[in-house]
Amino acid sequence: MFKILRDMLRYNIEFAIGFVLTLSIFLFALAHFWAPLPDTAIYLLPPDMPPSAQYWFGTTSRGQDVLWQMSSAIWNTMLFGLTVTVLSRLLAVAVGMLSGYLGGRWDQALMTLNDTMIALPNIPILLLVYFVMRDSMSWPVLAATAALLGWNYDARLIRSVTLSLRNREFTRHAVFAGMSVPQILVRQHLPYVMPVIFFTAMNNLIWAIGLEVTLSVLGFSDINRPTIGGMIYWANQHQAIIAGIWWWIAFPIIAVVLLFLGLFLLAISVNEYIDPRSRLSRMGA
Amino acid sequence: MLDTLQAPTTTSSMLRVEGLKAYYQMNYFGVRREVRAVDDVSLTINRNEIYGIAGESSSGKSSLIKTIAGAITPPLRVVEGSVKFDFAGRELDVYADPQAMKAARWQNLSYIMQGSMNVLNPVRRVKHAFHDFAFKHMGLSPSAFRARVEKHLQRIGLDPHVLESFPHQLSGGMRQRLTIALATVCEPDFIIADEPTTALDVLVQQDVLALIKDIQQRMGASIIFVTHDMTVHAAIADRIGIVYAGRLVEEGPTLDVFRRPQHPYTAHLISSLPRIGDNKKRSALPGKPPNLADPPSGCRFHPRCPLAVDKCTNENPPLEARLTGRVACWRAGEVQTA
Amino acid sequence: MDGFAKYLGRRLFQFFLVIFLGVSLAFLITNLSPVDPVEQSVALMTNFGATDPRSVELMRQALQELYGLQGSMLDQYLAFWGRVIRGDFGPSLSAFPTPVMSLIMSALPWTIGLLTLSLVITWTLGNLLGALAGYYRSNLLLKLSGAAVMALHPVPAYIIGLCLLLAFGFIWPILPISGGAQMNLQPGLTLDYLRSLIVHGTLPALTLVLVGLGSWFISMRSLVSNIVTDDHVVYAELGGVSSNKIFSQYVARNALLPQLTGLALSLGNVFGGAVITEFLFNYPGVGRLMIQGIYRGDYALVLGVTTISIIAVAVAVFIIDLIYPLIDPRVRLS
Ligand SMILES: Nc1ncnc2c1ncn2[C@@H]1O[C@H](COP(=O)(O)OP(=O)(O)O)[C@@H](O)[C@H]1O
Ligand SMILES: [Mg+2]
Repeated sequence: MFKILRDMLRYNIEFAIGFVLTLSIFLFALAHFWAPLPDTAIYLLPPDMPPSAQYWFGTTSRGQDVLWQMSSAIWNTMLFGLTVTVLSRLLAVAVGMLSGYLGGRWDQALMTLNDTMIALPNIPILLLVYFVMRDSMSWPVLAATAALLGWNYDARLIRSVTLSLRNREFTRHAVFAGMSVPQILVRQHLPYVMPVIFFTAMNNLIWAIGLEVTLSVLGFSDINRPTIGGMIYWANQHQAIIAGIWWWIAFPIIAVVLLFLGLFLLAISVNEYIDPRSRLSRMGA
Repeated sequence: MLDTLQAPTTTSSMLRVEGLKAYYQMNYFGVRREVRAVDDVSLTINRNEIYGIAGESSSGKSSLIKTIAGAITPPLRVVEGSVKFDFAGRELDVYADPQAMKAARWQNLSYIMQGSMNVLNPVRRVKHAFHDFAFKHMGLSPSAFRARVEKHLQRIGLDPHVLESFPHQLSGGMRQRLTIALATVCEPDFIIADEPTTALDVLVQQDVLALIKDIQQRMGASIIFVTHDMTVHAAIADRIGIVYAGRLVEEGPTLDVFRRPQHPYTAHLISSLPRIGDNKKRSALPGKPPNLADPPSGCRFHPRCPLAVDKCTNENPPLEARLTGRVACWRAGEVQTA
Repeated sequence: MDGFAKYLGRRLFQFFLVIFLGVSLAFLITNLSPVDPVEQSVALMTNFGATDPRSVELMRQALQELYGLQGSMLDQYLAFWGRVIRGDFGPSLSAFPTPVMSLIMSALPWTIGLLTLSLVITWTLGNLLGALAGYYRSNLLLKLSGAAVMALHPVPAYIIGLCLLLAFGFIWPILPISGGAQMNLQPGLTLDYLRSLIVHGTLPALTLVLVGLGSWFISMRSLVSNIVTDDHVVYAELGGVSSNKIFSQYVARNALLPQLTGLALSLGNVFGGAVITEFLFNYPGVGRLMIQGIYRGDYALVLGVTTISIIAVAVAVFIIDLIYPLIDPRVRLS
């Protein structure tokens, strides 16, 4: 693992950039644990201060330090994304591997259900969930809902890998040796499925973070918990653009774009590393 | 005739391969790998000759024939040597003159690649393939071209209606025939075929073999083809060359090679053929096929050779004329065949 | 022909299944939630004054009837289906007494127009660029434009839209940033009105295009770089077929098939992007309608828009499924 990381850093420029970018953003987010003020405190600082030596990224109209708000916000947004990713991976792996391993009717039924879920528009359903839950909506509930909607593409991918493992020699040996289905799936097949899980996790993380930004920008999440989207939401509420408080909106946008860029570069380079076909073409290049 | 020493004739040669080396050269995350799939091969093919290349899977047959056809893509690269054709006095050096090579394709030489059942575009009708490949070489009007193609198909035993089909509507045998038709419609002087019958069932295989032989005789073309199936060689090849681990280890007229193999590996290939009324248990060759990224020293066959001596481990035997053919073995001719 | 019938049957089944599950899901979400929509609406209305307990009770009953929330769970479920089939979601609370359905019907054409236009542009351009980049791998211009669209693609629609809005609405104000057409113009086939439609649609459409290009580009490029190693392409190259012809007839054409399937699969997501974009640019489509409904606590409207969105996306997917056999002979003639 460590060796792979070192090789990727050395020979894959996209990976190196993505890694450095993501790592620095992560460290920046980590810093919020040492913030001078609690991140939910408002009107403790002079409002609307432009960037200066004291407040590097300025302060908001709600009297918060943009720099420290962003640090917390990125942390919370990433936490949301990771929660969605982990939960939806569990679903995707369970459905994908079962479908691929069982084959036949089970496979057909599960994949039909899967394709049906793909065809449902996520955002309206999420909005409906938010609407009916309203004040009882918390970020873990939102994350669980998003995870329920975000596993189907990847279940398909995982299924196709498992399907190809089904008829391999070692599977037959395992069946013959009397291993149970869960045992076979976890001990024999999971190692082969791991790269796919890892790659889809990167893409899913990007999707989940995008979702969080989108929902909280609209105010459809816990608006008192700082998030990237939430910062933009509050800036809009205070008409920051018209009032000329540009730093309130510009810095969160820059942060989120950098975060997406970093994650995306990681995702494509990891994909290239994992995908045997692009591996071949690179060997020839 | 068997015991007369014959110098290979060069007067009517159509293809001359000299000292050819083609390697897969890969560089992946800083790790370099080199697979020596074609390693110093020289051979000559005459006018009107059918030359078969035999050898076990992964011995480099396809790599050799691709290199001869000028059909290599990275990571396969020609490292040394040359491939030269002689079309009615016009010499064509495959790797020196890409422009002339391009012009000669389908006109003078055509190539049937391995797995050729899949060479037809799945989403276009078959007729478009004939048009794209052959029309510009024929100098005919569209309607005359169509008539010519239909006549050619009929001769090969295909209903001209197949032109209007999509590949998925045709059986494997029909698709194979079609690719052969596609490769021969311009009546090239030289045909290169990689496992043209391997994916077919036995009956269809016989058909296709007869077809290839028939076309060759009618058009007077030369053919070089590859298959690991020795019975196919016995059926149509005039001469065969045996490839082991990227090297040509024996070559000669088909009958002579079958009757008196000089190389122990050839002897093994032939003795493992099923024979009617022979229930003797056949010995499998011990050991694994060599890894071409790190081939054995000396004679590459020595780790598996029943006759190997110290010299075989250290020195690479040259391919030298012997009897009616050539062989690369320090102990050539010492092998006993049943 | 038999295979084709089978294909159609499967697609039709999937179509009805999506609608069935989608509508049931919408019903379940609203019914299993701890929040009672009637109480929510009552609370909202009593905020504006009328607090006489008797009239509140009357209102409660009226709302329950209106939302079909009387009787057992099964009764309610069947009643909901009845309302979906009749296209009757009751009156909107925020625009009382206009029926929800007529609000949706006047918003739907805007969304369909915006989405169709931007989707056609995105799909065509993304696939064209991706195919060229996959075929001519060393072309620098293609590499650069590829890097640009790929970098944009993970960024959420709202952020891209906001940047465009800031750029063309504030920093360099040359385009309208709100509405679907100029307010004081009479809708109709006049040149002025059409011009106004186009100008107002530019930023929302551009947002959707910029968001969508990258994923088509990426998937097409990787499809093409795999297809160029397929036997039929390698063989055509050896056969001296011209490279233009190989690109269009042997590579791009084959790669379009999975991309059309991809288009059908992506519609659900694309619709989500449209919801956000419409809201940002105050574009009068169903997305804005839905978000306004949420802000105003308009239960009937939100449920109606969700249900209709699910059905509309299913219909669009089905239309693409019907187009597919036209370009893939393997489905049409098997
Ligand atoms: N694209 C490739 N990249 C790397 N190595 C290859 C490639 N194709 C073939 N080889 C290697 O080259 C050797 C010869 O292969 P090939 O010519 O296909 O053998 P044959 O046709 O006799 O089965 C094998 O060891 C094979 O693993
Ligand atoms: Mg081969």
